[in-house]
Amino acid sequence: MDPKLDLLYRLADDQLILGHRNSEWNGLGPILEEDIAFSSMAQDKLGHSLQLYTLLHQLGETEPDTVAFTRNADQFHCCQLVELPIGEYDFSLTRHFLFDHAELLRFEALAGSSYEPLAQVARKLRGELKYHALHANTWMKRLGTATDEAIERMQRSLDFTLPYALGIFEKTDAEAEIISSGLFVGEDELRGRWLESISKVLSQTALQVPDVLSLTPVFGGREGQHTEFLQPLLDEMAEVFRLDPTADW
Amino acid sequence: MYGSASTHDLPTSAATGLENEDPILLAEFEARIGRGEKIEPGDWMPALYRKQLTRMIEQHAHSEIIGSLPEGTWITRAPGFRRKMAQMAKVQDEVGHAQLLYSAAETLGKTREQMLIDLINGKSKYSNVFNYPTPTWADSNVISWLIDAGAIVNQLANAKGSYGPYCRALDRICAEEAFHLKYGHDAVVHMATGTPIQRKMMQEALNRWWPAIMTFFGPSDKMSVHTEILMRWKVKMASNDECRNQFLDMYVPKIWEIGLTLPDANLRKNEETGVWEFTEPDWEDFKRVINGDGPCNAERIAVRRAAEENGAWVRRALLTPKTQYVRPLA
Repeated sequence: MDPKLDLLYRLADDQLILGHRNSEWNGLGPILEEDIAFSSMAQDKLGHSLQLYTLLHQLGETEPDTVAFTRNADQFHCCQLVELPIGEYDFSLTRHFLFDHAELLRFEALAGSSYEPLAQVARKLRGELKYHALHANTWMKRLGTATDEAIERMQRSLDFTLPYALGIFEKTDAEAEIISSGLFVGEDELRGRWLESISKVLSQTALQVPDVLSLTPVFGGREGQHTEFLQPLLDEMAEVFRLDPTADW
Repeated sequence: MYGSASTHDLPTSAATGLENEDPILLAEFEARIGRGEKIEPGDWMPALYRKQLTRMIEQHAHSEIIGSLPEGTWITRAPGFRRKMAQMAKVQDEVGHAQLLYSAAETLGKTREQMLIDLINGKSKYSNVFNYPTPTWADSNVISWLIDAGAIVNQLANAKGSYGPYCRALDRICAEEAFHLKYGHDAVVHMATGTPIQRKMMQEALNRWWPAIMTFFGPSDKMSVHTEILMRWKVKMASNDECRNQFLDMYVPKIWEIGLTLPDANLRKNEETGVWEFTEPDWEDFKRVINGDGPCNAERIAVRRAAEENGAWVRRALLTPKTQYVRPLA
């Protein structure tokens, strides 16, 4: 695949699917303020994915609604981390923390991309992602230093989620060209920055951080291999859209 | 989103407790309301006023969070980016309204935690319309347009009431509801003027929702009793029938204009009196549903209960030994 398309699909699909998952917290948050916060982040992520699908459209791909609402799971390039069900709050918060640190650093790097339309979008999105990371940090520090019960839950979630989080940095065949053309600094570089960034926050909690780089990453998502959870999510997302694909809803 | 359904079942006049209130303070309180002044949290107020307002604001807050559920289930299925993002924002607003309203109710002395416990235990109610299902996307659109429209009629009236914190919350809420109304109207118009599948979906949803919409403002004035004192204290600002008539006047022509029909052959405006005539809603069914036996009562409460139980560890973790409950000031 063309390196630009390869990169954009990964970015857009991650944002769309996690935005969708975050929106499932409506009515279920541990406090109302968290229902509202997850909804805000979901709206941002949907908006981010729309901007990225719009860039793809400008490069000749199908228009955003069709791309987002009619592909099957094996045509998606998101990492498996984002497609997992919301679970309990500890998991959703941990995923949000691990993903949004990577995302903030990714878009900070993309602000200097040689592909100017993407650099422009990145300069806008990084401002919003900063708040997502701040929100995650606040809660990680609060719950990661609170009751034994909270610390134990957060530890379990962290241990479970880290291998999936490493899947964010799965490389594709286009990686060398993406780096050499100055599109993006590359997944290895990003993973290094990410590890430093999450470690700084986690060191302020009672949570134990394993040797992250010795964990086996959960790969496959970037190549269209997904968990059993993605297709049902997509079926639900497209349920109304597919009733009448000719309709203007 | 809230109508005035069944919120004012006052005790009979003999049991209002007013005979125990200081007559001088009571006269001054009523004089202030008569002059159009707002009552603020630290001000003297009769116990009955505090009780009725707490109950009303609390029910309104519950209606917002329970009301976010039937529309919320359509966030994950909304067709296309534009609708998906708007549906999220709209439902998020409703949860935000609950947050505002719980704070307003807390100024009267009851904690949010206690209100949520009473909701789960069935001790306090919420707007009855949310006990009905939303089986299609079109049902969600009907709520966004017409239930929010009804709520605005009711809330604009109540925003002129006597309790300061509630009025201020309502002013902010109405401003947002006005956007919901535009969103709902736009979604309904797209469906009603769309493909045959869309038009059929919308007409069927409207037929399903119309009986519930007709009960949204609560029982007929002929049936609701003992509201005179609440009108005098500006707790209740317009009668159920007045609100209903205003709603019909504003929205039935708009519904007809986009080619939809309403499932009531007797619905017409009496041009001499200006009053809408309609088939009397089934108030027995209304009472049955409000008392717990509706199609979705159990499901709505179960979702809320699960949220409370699953999130309890987070709330426990937020408490520290030094944490003290602080009642909002205004």
